[in-house]
Amino acid sequence: MKTLLPRLSQNRAAVWLGVVLIAIVLVALPFVIGQMGNAWVRALAFACLYVMLALGLNIVVGFAGLLDLGYIAFYAVGAYMYALLASPHLTSTFPWIAQMFPEGLHSSIWLVIPLGAGIAAIFGLLLGAPVLKLRGDYLAIVTLGFGEIVRIFLNNLNAPVNITNGPQGITLIEPIRMLGVNLGRAQEIFGLRLPSVYLYYYLFLALTIIAIIICVRLQDSRLGRAWMAIREDEIAAKAMGINVRNVKLLAFALGATFGGVSGAMFAAFQGFVSPESFILNESIIVLAMVVLGGLGHIPGVVLGAVLLAIFPEILRHTVVPVQNALFGQVIIDAEILRMMLYGMALVLIMLYRPKGLWPAPEHGVNPASRVGVAAAGRA
Amino acid sequence: MSTTAPDHVLRVSGVNKRFGGLQALADVGIEITRGEIYGLIGPNGAGKTTFFNVITGLYTPDSGSFELDGKPYSPHDVHRVAQAGIARTFQNIRLFPDMTALENVMVGRHVRTKATALGAILRTRRTLDEERAIKSRSLELLEYVGIRKYADYQARTLAYGDQRRLEIARALATEPKLLALDEPAAGMNATEKVALRTLLEAISRDGITILLIEHDVKLVMGLCDRVTVLDYGKMIAAGAPAQVQSNPAVIEAYLGAGHKAVATKVA
Amino acid sequence: METFLQQIINGLVLGSMYALIALGYTMVYGIMNLINFAHGDVLTVGALTALSTILLLQALFPGMPGWAVIGCGLLAAITVCVTLSLIIERVAYRPLRNAPRLAPLISAIGVSIVIQTVAMLVWGRNYMTFPQLIPNTPIDVAGVTVTATKLLVIALSALVMVGLMLLVNRTKLGRAMRATAENPRVAGLMGVNPNFVIAATFAIGAALAGLAGVMLAATYSVAHFYMGFLPGLKAFTAAVLGGIGNIPGAMLGGLLLGLIEALGAGYIGQLTGGVLGSHYQDVFAFAILIIVLVFRPSGLLGERVADRA
Repeated sequence: MKTLLPRLSQNRAAVWLGVVLIAIVLVALPFVIGQMGNAWVRALAFACLYVMLALGLNIVVGFAGLLDLGYIAFYAVGAYMYALLASPHLTSTFPWIAQMFPEGLHSSIWLVIPLGAGIAAIFGLLLGAPVLKLRGDYLAIVTLGFGEIVRIFLNNLNAPVNITNGPQGITLIEPIRMLGVNLGRAQEIFGLRLPSVYLYYYLFLALTIIAIIICVRLQDSRLGRAWMAIREDEIAAKAMGINVRNVKLLAFALGATFGGVSGAMFAAFQGFVSPESFILNESIIVLAMVVLGGLGHIPGVVLGAVLLAIFPEILRHTVVPVQNALFGQVIIDAEILRMMLYGMALVLIMLYRPKGLWPAPEHGVNPASRVGVAAAGRA
Repeated sequence: MSTTAPDHVLRVSGVNKRFGGLQALADVGIEITRGEIYGLIGPNGAGKTTFFNVITGLYTPDSGSFELDGKPYSPHDVHRVAQAGIARTFQNIRLFPDMTALENVMVGRHVRTKATALGAILRTRRTLDEERAIKSRSLELLEYVGIRKYADYQARTLAYGDQRRLEIARALATEPKLLALDEPAAGMNATEKVALRTLLEAISRDGITILLIEHDVKLVMGLCDRVTVLDYGKMIAAGAPAQVQSNPAVIEAYLGAGHKAVATKVA
Repeated sequence: METFLQQIINGLVLGSMYALIALGYTMVYGIMNLINFAHGDVLTVGALTALSTILLLQALFPGMPGWAVIGCGLLAAITVCVTLSLIIERVAYRPLRNAPRLAPLISAIGVSIVIQTVAMLVWGRNYMTFPQLIPNTPIDVAGVTVTATKLLVIALSALVMVGLMLLVNRTKLGRAMRATAENPRVAGLMGVNPNFVIAATFAIGAALAGLAGVMLAATYSVAHFYMGFLPGLKAFTAAVLGGIGNIPGAMLGGLLLGLIEALGAGYIGQLTGGVLGSHYQDVFAFAILIIVLVFRPSGLLGERVADRA
């Protein structure tokens, strides 16, 4: 945790106190926010999913320095995987599957999470293998193309064999059932009534926390250093014996797993999936979260994701009534305004704060006097 | 145990490299005995760095045979060469500028360590032990080259001479059989060069074979056990420094045709 | 089921438009090492501007002949595109010229999004019909049926491409552009103003995009806020195929891509025994992009990008 909060880490008691406080806030949050309506708690749950996506993309873009513009494809893969394994689609389309699974296809979360991670990782390797030696901007375009290819296939794999059900998508996806609890139904715990949305929020929150811990551990490891070395000077990294190709592939694969798992959760939460949820703009939104928050800096990325995920809700609740009050009708659709502001944010951040809103603190000691000596010492 | 055959750490022969119309290297070879300090010298453009880059896998030669520690190695992948046991530094210093000095050296340990992503995520005992070992060894190396106090300084902020030392420490972290230094004294003043020489002699005493490209003739003559002289991609002399420096072909290469008759004395 | 020759003509039409768009990408990349993500959206704005102009003229001057109306539309489109791209260059790219490579790319993505959303606001989300101003009567040429529009696209594109080659190879500006593309610092020392040259490059590319946008809209009779995305991406593929930074390469790449796409779309059903239909034709361009970048990244005619130290 040293790199997260360098000053605070000196005082262990303070750190633990902070952690407990944050935990209390996070657990109580749905009850507080929920007063304004379940839509806000839904937004919180989605925010968690976006945080996971942003953390995954951060491994690829922030840690390893590879610009992936097709990241949403892994989200799609995870989502469709769960959709196929936990809905009537396959059993109703293919009689032989219906025969194999007479009670229908249901999938336990303990299977879905590793499977989602695994399948996404395979796609990550498939994408990464041919494109690793490309330079930055070419890599960006190719990954963009890959994302679009995945979406086109999802949109069109309804003929001759109906696998994905095309543009209509797959519906009637089952909610998650874990530890005997059906997250699709409200539950009574400790006398409190928890609507389904709250339950999903807690699940996603737990997954997000695990994701953060994984990222922190990866960052401060031999692998994390290798990624950073590659980002700083690829040739020097090779000269130190780092198998750059494999290490980059690992970044792709690991980053993809985050997408796959959150995709599966998304499918369960939403109850249906369609190719429309996985368009290029979504990849760009996740990229905006990483860039806005602070490329490579885990707390920054979390912040960026939360801000940009909650932002549309806030926008919808302010822009619409304001326009109605002023003009009697909505002139600028909240959705359009949201995307426009995302786009402007990307440009403005690059122009004025390229390291993000919450960049990594100066790494290591960087005293000005040292810089003076160093500058004088150079021939 | 063979007493007649010398123990060669590096044996390279027949290296040819052509860049378009230019024959950068023509039938160049080198044999470095274990524990020596070997110098590669020659006028600018002679092909020293090209040869260096070929040995270390940065350039692919048109031909040549390469043996490290008696085993053939393929100079095709830079990282494989490092894994085999040749560690190099760069003429223009290629540190990881935004990482601390300590982290730079820790990256050097990568090739001899094994921790995996899974180990890192699960924080297994083995991974944690390895991390501790990496850190302590890296601090040792920083101490060895004399910049322990700058361990937590960003590499870019170090003084020039200290950056060179850091690069050497990082290379040593890979536990090389051969330490290959590309103009380690470039840009240094006289005091720094003396300190560098002391360091290199210490490294040699501790059993590591060194190959270096250098322009500073005085440094090379004082430090190296043997040298090879390149000119226009060809070897024009090889042997002990004293012999080589009075070789007329070498004098001509450095000073021009009119100086053949002049014997250069170096302190 | 159209004949082979018919597909060739279709391919040339498509390819000409791709070539025009690709030229914009290739010139900007050659001079700035930047993929101008917003290029496709500039095209969109051009087409939509032309549409609005045309509708306005038709409302105000119902007697105006078709060719004049579309001519005015074209003029308006080019003007707006050039202005827009100059603003973009000045605001979003110039300050980032020395920033690390990811920064201008991300900025370009942001600009692209902004333009799309503004287009959505101004022109709405719906697909709009682009009026038929050039008579649509089929003409029979050597057994192949073409329309005046298609012939015009091919002819006009060829003319413009010849003009561009003359500009780049025979004029002072062209020399300045080539010098800046190779080494901006040295070009600057020789008295070339890099800002001016870069702005001119953007302007020319944008004008070509505006022209291509109007052609697209006229050929397919439709215009909408997202129309530039796919053609833009494919044109970039074409530019890479021909060799990024290489002007004749962009032309060649564009024509080739158009032909491959037209022939592919026509025959993919037969080739795959009905498994893949023609709605997979977009995948072609992406597949070609990936294949070219992986196996021959310098393209068919070789790249022409400056060596950045």
